[in-house]
Amino acid sequence: MIYKLDIACKKDHLREVRRFVSDILAQNHYPDAESNKVILAVDEICANLIIHSNDCDPNEKLQLQIDYNTKQIVFEISDHGKGFDLSEYREPSMEDLIRAKRKGGVGLLLVKRIMDDIQFLQQSGKNVCRLTKYIH
Amino acid sequence: MINIDRSSENEITILKVTGEVDASSSIQLDEEMSQVAIQGAKIIVDLSELEYISSAGLGVFMSYISDLEDKKMTLVLFGMKEKVLQVFQILGLDQLLTIEENKEEAIKKASDL
Repeated sequence: MIYKLDIACKKDHLREVRRFVSDILAQNHYPDAESNKVILAVDEICANLIIHSNDCDPNEKLQLQIDYNTKQIVFEISDHGKGFDLSEYREPSMEDLIRAKRKGGVGLLLVKRIMDDIQFLQQSGKNVCRLTKYIH
Repeated sequence: MINIDRSSENEITILKVTGEVDASSSIQLDEEMSQVAIQGAKIIVDLSELEYISSAGLGVFMSYISDLEDKKMTLVLFGMKEKVLQVFQILGLDQLLTIEENKEEAIKKASDL
């Protein structure tokens, strides 16, 4: 089953993204205890894309597509903003972040801990972030 | 999206955070924390009505960890729902911050630290 949501690139819309993901997980009987983490991972990617790739420009759009099947859930978040190169991402150390009093920098770390696979791709002129969570 | 109530008991500042802390609302939490995080402050944060926290919210609490020693501050979080605590646990922040189950424990801890 495929579900889609389009939103403008405004941080205010993150709540709508979370509600959308939450509803789909509930409809498909995804375990309650795990659903918050999956919602968090999608929220983190959408927040990064809205803020860093699209500079919170409400004229830009994000599309979230969820492909829910028996073995896995695949989340694809696509946009036309500045792309992200995962190969250049270096995991920050918690010690460094704390010492530097950094307020950001752990979003992608959370996503990597939660999801089973993360890919950033270019497809038909769009940037696509594909997150996969296996269903055990 | 979030509401923060500030009160105090004896010399302890109590912040009660209600709602969902995400990339949009974390600025409110940060502003409130920056006002109360002064030299020698004892702060306890009631998260019993916090329904959600993202990295932006974690980042606010993380950014005060080094102040705890530098400014001789005390910061105790308490009352988290399991799903919120899990988010702190993913990055091991539950080991770097003081987290208690309820207000009584938090006050006791803040008084002792």
